[in-house]
This record gives sequence, structure tokens and C-alpha cells, in this order.
Amino acid sequence: MAAHSAHPEGFAHQFEDMEQQREAGSLGMWVFLVTEIMFFGGLFATYIIYRSLYLHSFEIGSRLLKVDFGASNTAVLIASSLTMALAIHAAQSGKKKNQQIMFLVLTLVLGVLFLFLKFNFEWRADYAEHLIPGFGFIIRPEWGAAGSHVPMFFLFYFFMTGLHAMHMIIGCGILVVLMFMAGRNRFNGEYYAPLEVTGLYWHFVDIVWIFLFPLLYLIGGRFAIPGVH
Amino acid sequence: MSTTLIAEPPGHDVPAGSRVNYLNANYGVKSWLLTTDHKRIALLYLGSITLMFFVGGFFAVLMRLHLIEPQGALVAPETYNKLFTMHGVIMVFFFLVPSIPATLGNFLVPMMIGARDLAFPRLNLLSWYIYIIGAGFTLYAVISGGVDTGWTFYTPYSSTFSHTSVIPTALGVFITGFSSILTGLNFVVTIHKMRAPGLTWFRLPLFIWAMYATSIIFILGTPVIAITLFLLGLERLLHIGIFDPAIGGDPILFQHLFWFYSHPAVYIMILPGMGVMSELITCFSRKRIFGYTFVAFSSLAIAIISFLVWGHHMFVTGQSIYAGLIFSVLSFLVAIPSAVKVFNWTATLYKGSISYDAPMLYALGFIGLFTMGGLTGLFLASLATDVHLSGTYFIVAHFHYIMVGGAVMAYLGGIHFWWPKITGRLYPDGWARFAALIIFVGFNLTFFPQFVLGYLGMPRRYAVYPGEFQVLNVMSSAGASILGIGYLIPLIYLIWSIRYGPVAGPNPWGAKGLEWETPSPPPTENFEEIPIVTEEAYDYAGTTGANRG
Repeated sequence: MAAHSAHPEGFAHQFEDMEQQREAGSLGMWVFLVTEIMFFGGLFATYIIYRSLYLHSFEIGSRLLKVDFGASNTAVLIASSLTMALAIHAAQSGKKKNQQIMFLVLTLVLGVLFLFLKFNFEWRADYAEHLIPGFGFIIRPEWGAAGSHVPMFFLFYFFMTGLHAMHMIIGCGILVVLMFMAGRNRFNGEYYAPLEVTGLYWHFVDIVWIFLFPLLYLIGGRFAIPGVH
Repeated sequence: MSTTLIAEPPGHDVPAGSRVNYLNANYGVKSWLLTTDHKRIALLYLGSITLMFFVGGFFAVLMRLHLIEPQGALVAPETYNKLFTMHGVIMVFFFLVPSIPATLGNFLVPMMIGARDLAFPRLNLLSWYIYIIGAGFTLYAVISGGVDTGWTFYTPYSSTFSHTSVIPTALGVFITGFSSILTGLNFVVTIHKMRAPGLTWFRLPLFIWAMYATSIIFILGTPVIAITLFLLGLERLLHIGIFDPAIGGDPILFQHLFWFYSHPAVYIMILPGMGVMSELITCFSRKRIFGYTFVAFSSLAIAIISFLVWGHHMFVTGQSIYAGLIFSVLSFLVAIPSAVKVFNWTATLYKGSISYDAPMLYALGFIGLFTMGGLTGLFLASLATDVHLSGTYFIVAHFHYIMVGGAVMAYLGGIHFWWPKITGRLYPDGWARFAALIIFVGFNLTFFPQFVLGYLGMPRRYAVYPGEFQVLNVMSSAGASILGIGYLIPLIYLIWSIRYGPVAGPNPWGAKGLEWETPSPPPTENFEEIPIVTEEAYDYAGTTGANRG
């Protein structure tokens, strides 16, 4: 808007100054993350209730997950959080755009690696073992009476990790946009709000995985002491 | 364009047409569909929800026509099931939930706090498009044969047995939820970060407090119903048990998740109405609100307690009796902040200089009808009486007193109050008062007999009923036709007034609040200079009756 043309690039007309705009953006992302917590929270609650109801079936399901892929993906994601934080730091401390772009690219590569491992290896193996509900799921006789609820475990597994993966894909898309913005020298020590807000989102998606990984892959089934429950 | 605006004198005496405002700043379909002006988006919402209101109302008219005769006068029982479902889904998710927040809230939040726009204008426009997409899915479901699960989508009927368009409807509700979330997010950030200098929290109009409380429910509740409906759709598609007991699911869990949102959603519908009430009562009795802080905090209290009472919808569904006891007590608690508001409005009227303009008639109607709805809610929160009344017309009457007698009355009162600000024009006052009276009479004639019907044991959602209930049912149907006419009258004269109504001037009611300090209709950027606030809200001391008193 012409009336506010004195303000720097990236300034939106409805705000009084850059500081107000930055605070609004940051608060907006935090509020959005609260919504996301409730979104995943409803799902986590449902999962935990059914896990307690059908413990044996859920443990059978848990043991069938590919824990090595889950573990390597956890490492990949944590590393991507580090590179994301470094990208923000680079802008914050007024570093050249090359350094910002380098860290953004690294983050994107790690994000894509996560999705590649998940879809191309892990889910493909699950499909080969007939573990995808609705796509030729086979209840195996050796599961016995508990077998009838194993599909429910996998429904939750695919829905929860699928929803998480969808958030990753959206995050990767935003990273691409940020790279272009960084390439045009849009970020500096004064203005880096889009990086910061995306960082919040990216870390949140990581934290969701940090909860998903033990909840789905680790607890109860695989590492339980035999005969304890 | 804003440079020319700032050069303009405050156009107080200039006719609306000759001054640049948000309506005539630019023209054409594109300037509306791509607008990021909160005031234009409010009008986009106003048009869409009005359309949905009359679609939902049409189904209600068909239902009441059908129930004139004990064996049903109009449609097959299966069709009747679809009528009440579509009526409920459209009215709750596509009219009542967005009604005041998305129209009046969108228009007024930035103006009342002295801001140029909401914090995220493009997100605001996106929320309207999301609403339209969701509404599209739901209207598609209507055309493709309707849905017959009831607006509550109870499982396993919805997930396994119903042969109607459950998935498009649920998808429509799922999608529309995100428009509510974005609106809530926008309001919270705007209210926190964009208040004008001097506008402290306790100087805010109570409408803003109500919007803030509503936004909290949007943010915390809506995602849960979204995920629940998604799981319902998954079960229906893949036939893997989540909620259907025959294949290993738990139907009670669906009800817990559904009501975790849908009970707070009741407060999404009524809290904004309460906010409107505080504005109307103070303006038309020329007094500062009685007990400002109590009214403000009661909004937050309602928002918080609303998340702890969902189990009162499930007293007869096999929920633990101890859970039932706790939910009963908590449900009684929510009556306290609601009563605080009613008492404070009434105390505000005391020794006020009251004028009976049309918005005030709606406000007074609200107090009576909301009190009826609230008190009958206590019958339903008591475990013993609920066993008798659950699933009867008593429930139907109760929640219509809250949602129609409360929320819709406040919505119409608010529309009439701010219409001169929104359009710059006045509507015919006589017609407006007449319509308010017609609506009040029609509403009571429609729904009061339903309290009696429910008490006598007539179940809701049935297409037929025993002959001895006919007199009361005919009364209700007659009332519905009066109510329907009452809703059509404002539609006609409000549209008429846009073109032919007298020019309103910036503040026809002599009301307080920043939104009245701008010209009507306001310029695109709302304020030529961001105002500095030095006084409390509703500082009516020393002012006399409304200009047109």
C-alpha cells in the first residue's frame, strides 16, 4: 500500500511495524500448533484406548513393524531439525544467503529421505507382507484369537504415520518456497519471520514423530520381557 | 488507493455514494472473490450463510408440514429421516457455527480494536473458500439422495448400516471445520497483537471477549471432530472396526469424541450471541454494563467449562454412572457464568434510559428465550429427569430455545444494529420492529408446545406419532409458518434498504465503540488515523437517548 511505502519489503499493510508483524506471525503459528496438538491428540487418545482394550493384538502388530526403518527415520528427522535451526541461525546472525540456502537444502534432503525410506521401503515391505488394511490384508492363523484386531492396529499405524507424512510433505513444499526467498536475499538479521515460523512447524512435526515412534514401534511388544504381562 | 483515502475529510455529512468506502473502492466480481478486506469477506460469509440458512429452513418447513397429521402428511418415513438430518447438519455446521463469528465478528473485530484488518487477511479469505468447498460437498450430498443419520452421525448406523451419502456429508463438515479453525486463529492473534494504543484488555468491548472465548473453542474443539469424522469415514470405506462393535470397535467412544467437540460447539453458537447482547443492552439503555469484569470472565469460564460437560449427552448410553454423576455436576456449573450474564444484562437495564429500537427488541427477546432454554437445560443435566426426557421433543425444544431463541435472535439483533455501519443505510424501522415481534411470537408458538410434547413422551426423530399429540403438533407447525414469514420479512427489507434506505450517517444509534467513529460504510483501511483509546467501554454517562429515539 502506498501509504506505508516507507516500510521494508515483506511488510503487510495491516500492521503498525515489523515488530508487530513478526510477533503476530509467531503467535499465529503457536496457535496453529495448539490446533495440531488437538488434531493428533484425538487420534493418540483413540489409539491408546484401543491399545489398552486389545493389548495382545496391538503387540502382535507392533512386532511386525520394521523397527530399523523407524529408528533410522527418527535419526534422520532429528538431524533435519538441527539443520532447520541452523538455517534460522544463519539468517538471524546476518549470514550470506548461500549459508541459509545450504541448510535449507540439507533440511529438505533429510525430509525427502525420511519420506523415501517410509514409502519406498517400509510401506512397500508392509504391502508385500499383506499388512495394509483395505489392500489385501491377511489375518494369519498363528495370531490366534488376537488376530481379529490386528487390522485395527495397522489402520491406526497407517493413518497416524500417513497424517504425519502428509505434514512432512507440506513442510517440504514450504522449504522450497523459503529457498527461493532466501535466493532473492529476502532474509537478514532484521527480517527472518518466515524461516522462524516454518522452523516452529518443522520441529513440531518432528516432535509428533518422537511420540509416534515409541508408541507404535517400541512399547510393549518388541522389547517386552518374556512372561511379564 | 489508500493515499486518496487519507486525504479525504471525515465524510460525516457526505452521502454514502460520493465518498470512497470499502464497498465502492473497486468494482467487479474479481474484486470481491479475491478481496482480503475483512469487511468484504464478512459480506461474502453473510451471503453464503444466509443461503444455507434458508436451505436448512426449507427442510424444517417440510418437516413441520409433514407432522401436521399423526401418520405423516407429506413424505415417506425414510425421507423424513433425511429431512431432519439435513436440517440439523446445515443449520449447525453451516449456519450457526459460522453465523456471528464469520459475519459480524469478521466485520467488527478489527474495527472494534482499532486495527486496519485482521492479522492474516489472506488466511481469512482462504477460510471462506474452505467454507464454500465444505458447503459444496454437503449440498452435493443433499442432491445425491441426502443422508439419514441425524446430525450426530452416531455409529454404527452411520458407519455400517446407512445407505445414504454419509461420506460426502461428513467430508463437508470435516472441511468446513478448518474454516472455523482459521477464523479462530485469526481472531486470537488479532485481539492479542493488534489492539489500538490505550485499548487495554479491560477496555475492550465485551463482544471482543466473547469472540476470543469462541475462538478458543474453535481452536481446541474443531480438530477433534475433524479426526473423529475422518475415522468414521475410514471405517465406512475399509470396514475395519473403529466404532462398530460388530467388527471390534466401540460406539461409545465415537460419542465421547463427537460430543467433546459438539458440546463446546453449542457455546460456539451462543457465546458470540452473548457478546452481541452486551453491545445492544448497553447502547439502548444508555448505561455502562453492570459488572464488566464478571461478564468478560464469564465468557472465558463458559469456554473452559464447556469442554468438561460432554458426558451429559450420554447419560443413557451405558457410560459409567460415576462419570454420569461428575458430568451432571459440571453441567450445573456452566449455568453459573450463563446466569451471571443474564443477571448483569438485567441489572444494566435497571434505571437505564431504554429505547425500543428493533435491535433492542431482539435483545430483550433473547433474554427471555435464552433463560427458558438455559433453565430447561438443568432438567436435562439432572440424571433422573434426563432418563425420562432424553430423546424426546423436550430436548428438541430446549436446544432450539438456545440456538434459535438465543443465537439466531442475537444474530438478527446484531445484524440490525450494525446494518447501518455495514451498508451505510437505514432499514424501515416499523417493519423491523414488526418482524422482531413476529419472530418472537412464531418462535414460542413453534417450540413451547414441543416442551409439553416431550414431557408427555413424544420421541424426537419419528415420522409418525399417536393421535393425541396432534393438537400440540399442529400448534407447532402453525408457529413454524409464522416464524418462517418472520425470517423472510427482514430478508426483503434489508435487501431493499441497500439501495433505497435513508443514508445512516456514522453513528445512527449514538453508540459507543471505535466502529462508530468511522464513516458508514467505513473506508477500506477502517481508520484514517489509528485511534488512541482513553476511555472505558460503554462510557454512556451523560449521553441521552438514540438520535432517532
